[in-house]
Amino acid sequence: MTGPLLAARPDQDLNSGAVLPELRKPPITKLQLVKYAGASGDYNLIHTDDETARAVGLEGVIAHGMLSMAFLGEYLCWLAGPESVRRLSVRFVEMVRPGDTLTCRARVKERTTNDAGRRLHLEVWAENQRAERVTVGEAEVAIT
Amino acid sequence: MGHPAGLSSDLIGRESETVLFEVERGAIQKFADAVQDQTPACVRGDLAPPTFPTTFRMTIPGLTFDLARVLHGSQEYRYERPLRAGDRVHCRVRVADVYQRKGRLGEMTFLILVMDGSDDSGNPIFSGTTTAILR
Repeated sequence: MTGPLLAARPDQDLNSGAVLPELRKPPITKLQLVKYAGASGDYNLIHTDDETARAVGLEGVIAHGMLSMAFLGEYLCWLAGPESVRRLSVRFVEMVRPGDTLTCRARVKERTTNDAGRRLHLEVWAENQRAERVTVGEAEVAIT
Repeated sequence: MGHPAGLSSDLIGRESETVLFEVERGAIQKFADAVQDQTPACVRGDLAPPTFPTTFRMTIPGLTFDLARVLHGSQEYRYERPLRAGDRVHCRVRVADVYQRKGRLGEMTFLILVMDGSDDSGNPIFSGTTTAILR
C-alpha cells in the first residue's frame, strides 16, 4: 500500500451509496483473544477462559466486541489514512467466537464540506463468514 | 435503589480523577500486533490504532459491578487527531446516564460512560462514549 485508498479515487466513486473495497481479517484465534486482553487491559475472563464463559451461559469464550471495532478502525486507516479518522461509532449486535473470520465493509452515506474541510460519512460494519453483521455503525473520515 | 445490578441513578455525574497516560511506542506495537493492524504507522508504533483509547482504564468511585455480567452494547470515539508515541494524555471518565430497560434478556441496566482525553495544554485529542449493559 502506497497511500490511503480513497485518495486515489475520483469523486464520482464516492457518491452516496458507493460500496468501498472490503478488508478481510484472518480468522480469530484464542491466542489472539489472550493477546488482546493483555494489550487492551480488558481482563474479563469470558473472553479467555471457557469455564468462566460457560458459567454465565455461553458455549465458550467470545471475542471482545472491541476487537471487531479495532478491525473497523484499521479499515478506516486503510481507506482514508490514519491521520484522517474523525469518528467511529458502533453497536455490538452479534457474538464473535474463535474461528470466526470477519470482513470489514463500508458504504458511502454522504460527502460534506465544512470549515474543517471535506468529510466522508460512511456506514460501516464487520460481518462474519456467514455474512451476518456482527458489529455495525457509522464513521466519518477527512478527505482531500 | 432496587436495581438488578445494584447501580442507581445517584451515580449520574460521578467521575474519575483526571489520570495522566503516557502513550508508549511499545504499547502501540503490542496493541497493533494483537489486533493484526497492518497500518504501517501503527506497526512502527508511531501512531496508535483508532481504538487505542480503550487501554486508558480508570475507576469511578462507587461504581462496581460483576464483569462477567456486563455486555458491551456500543462504543463511539471522536478524534481531533491520532494519538502518537510520546503523547501525554490527560483522561477522565464520568457516568453520563444510568437507566433500566426491558430487553431480550429481561430487565437490564444501561450504563453510559463518557471519556475524554486532552494534551498538556488542555487541547482535546479524543472523546469516547461507552454503553455497557448489565444483566
